[in-house]
Amino acid sequence: MTFAVVVFPGSNCDHDAYYAVDHVLGQKARFVWHKDTSLGAADVVILPGGFSHGDYLRTGAIARFSPIMPAVQEFAAAGRPVLGICNGFQILTECGLLPGAMLRNRDLKFHCELVNVRVERTDTPFTGLCTAGQVLRLPIAHGEGNYYAPPETMDALEASGRVVFRYSTAAGEISEGANPNGALHNIAGICNEGRNVVGLMPHPERACESAVGSADGLVLLESVTGALAHQGALQAVAR
Amino acid sequence: MKARVFVTLKPSVFDPQGHTIVEALHSLGYRDVADVRQGKFFEIDLNVAGPAAAEKLAAEVADRVLANPVIESFRVELT
Repeated sequence: MTFAVVVFPGSNCDHDAYYAVDHVLGQKARFVWHKDTSLGAADVVILPGGFSHGDYLRTGAIARFSPIMPAVQEFAAAGRPVLGICNGFQILTECGLLPGAMLRNRDLKFHCELVNVRVERTDTPFTGLCTAGQVLRLPIAHGEGNYYAPPETMDALEASGRVVFRYSTAAGEISEGANPNGALHNIAGICNEGRNVVGLMPHPERACESAVGSADGLVLLESVTGALAHQGALQAVAR
Repeated sequence: MKARVFVTLKPSVFDPQGHTIVEALHSLGYRDVADVRQGKFFEIDLNVAGPAAAEKLAAEVADRVLANPVIESFRVELT
């Protein structure tokens, strides 16, 4: 299985994603430069964290016009799995693959810490091996992760079960105190209508080995690997 | 032609920077400053003839790139 990790100028978690896929998960990872127009062989696309184009104008605002983005849009439209982490999530909202936008953190501080994130939905390719309500310990590192969407979009997200992750306490309670950035409804991650495009502010790829403080993020990569293997087996039977 | 584009957060969107600035002003004693909203300001040179074409082009780039319509609104002024 091949994971394409898109590299933008200013990406800084591209190597973390590559390492997590290649060294920990044991699957193949490939870097794809943002100026390429094709993803090449890819089963999963990761838009990594970082500060693409220096966060000029708005986070993700310039990256969304990168030459690679039409190929990412096409990949997503075909129902194939796309994961946007942190800046990757910001790029997904800017390019319209996911709704909403990111505001500055409510306290204007850059938050770099381990937080608790409750898995709300297991019906996405990246959370299939989680249990609903499972609390993951994941790092965040962002100044603009304060998720906002207009009320009608928030209603639609909640009604269609598209909030995938929420900031919570260690016991899984959703509270203001557990919300590091002021995100509406404690949203840490969402998915698109097709459920194949997932964006989240926390960094699962930086939490794949207990030596770095948490291995809770690995389940996202294992989930998508399992989902694709299952899909492949079904297709083989159909043939 | 030159255009100025002002981008601000929509009134319904909380502006944490503006809020911090107004609190700082209050602590300096400027009690009559009721509210501050922080925004962005762009000066754009346009190679087009006539104000109508300039306004149209400036509004297009503001809507497509300079502002994020989910959270921001913009205003164009020709100079």
